Formats: sequence, structure tokens, C-alpha cells
Amino acid sequence: MAWNEWIGFIIIGFGVAFDALGCLGLLRFPDIYNRLQGATKCVTFGTCGILFGIFVMNGFTGFGIKALVAIPFVLLTSPVGAHALARGAHIFGVPLWEKSVVDHYKQDRKDKPRL
Amino acid sequence: MKKAILILFIFTLWLLLTWNASWQSLVAGGVTALMVGLIFGNLAVTAPMKVIQPQRWFWLLLYIPIFIWEMAKANFDVAYRVLHPKMPIHPGIVKVKTRLKSPLGIAFLANSITLTPGTFTIDLKDEYLYIHCINVRHQKLDEATKDIVSRFEKLLIKIFD
Repeated sequence: MAWNEWIGFIIIGFGVAFDALGCLGLLRFPDIYNRLQGATKCVTFGTCGILFGIFVMNGFTGFGIKALVAIPFVLLTSPVGAHALARGAHIFGVPLWEKSVVDHYKQDRKDKPRL
Repeated sequence: MKKAILILFIFTLWLLLTWNASWQSLVAGGVTALMVGLIFGNLAVTAPMKVIQPQRWFWLLLYIPIFIWEMAKANFDVAYRVLHPKMPIHPGIVKVKTRLKSPLGIAFLANSITLTPGTFTIDLKDEYLYIHCINVRHQKLDEATKDIVSRFEKLLIKIFD
């Protein structure tokens, strides 16, 4: 194999490992907000790693450039999805984990939870 | 001006996505970019003068490696907390204040916060951001702002405001 394929496979391996860790976080963390932490961060980084690995393997061809262009879109959309899920959950009154330290958002909101 | 910026942006994106320089592809992309740009130019681009100032692009280029470095750190941090058998997390929602004014800048700040160390943005009210931290270090408004926001804010003000 050529050197760029080796490097590409190593980066893809990193990406898959972080995706797996994100899934593990999704299972292990106690409440929805912490689970979103694992889901957004690790999965975004892992997916970007896979896409960048594909770019390294293919170089400046149509395939590689498409993977590279997809990275900003993942970076832009994944946090927005997490924000929408977390805000919706909080507005509908999903409680934080009982050992949570502080919740300024709840103190500042005037309206009652809708559930 | 606004329309020209949007047309150029869409056409560049088309060229990158298709990666095909045959004349059919160029004509199809050009016509589509022209139509979309003419219709949505006034909606999509709000501050055309900011786009053509080169120093903003310079700071944006400087921002990208800093952001990637912070993101990598964040991922190792979260991975450590996931794998640790006792799960050392102290979650909570803190309030921070931002000095950014432009909507695009605030959007970038919120996204950057979401992708970096153990924090993500839940809501925005006026100039306050509500941030869920996986490990709350500071509960006071000023200290939390200094800890979470100021790293990105310094550069984002130069880029967007």
C-alpha cells in the first residue's frame, strides 16, 4: 500500500475509536444532557476523523474533496441539533441528574415546565 | 454586492462538490448559483462590507487551528470521563455573558462552545448564554465567563464584529 493509504487508515481508525467512545458515553452517562455531551463531541470528532482520513487516502480527487467539504457541514449542524434537543428537553421539564451541581437556567426561567 | 457574494460562494461550493470542469457542469452550476443568489442574496448576506476585509479572513485562518486544538483536547477529556470506572462528572448549567454583537458571531461562539471541553450551549437570552458543563469549575458569572467564553471571544470579535 502507498504511504497515504497507511496514514488514511490510521486516521480512520482514530475516528472509529472516537465514535465508539461516543456511543459508550451515550450508554453510560446518567441523564440526557450528559449523554448529549458524549454524543456531540466524540461523534463529531470521530466522524470528522473518518472524513479526513478518506481525504488523505484519495487526495485531490472528486471523492476526497467531497469528504473534505462535508466536514464543515458536520461541524455546523451537529451542535445545532444538540442545542435544540437540550433546550427542548429542558423546556419540557426533563430533570437534571440528581448529583448535578447548579442550574442557572432553571432559576432564570419564569415559565413552568410544560409536562 | 450582497448577491455577488452569495453567487460566488454557491458557485465555489458547486465546483468543490462536483469536481468536474466540463462545460455542462459549469453552465448548470452557474445558472443555479445565479438564480439562488439573485433571489436570496438580500436574506443570506447581512453585512457585505465585512466579507471583503482581508484582516477578518486572516483572523479566521488563525482561529481554525486553535479551534481544532481545543476540540481535540475536549475529546480526550470526554473520552477519559467515559472510560473511567467511577465517571468523574459534576454536571450543571451555568450562565455566561458574551460581548459579541453580530448574530453570526454568536452562532459561531455557541457552536465552538458546544464542540469544546465538556460544555455545550443550551439557550441564549439577550447577551447571556446558558451552558451545560460536564464538570462545573466556576459557578459565578464572571469566573465562568472567563473560563469558558474568553478563549474564543477574543478572536471572534476580530472576525465578526
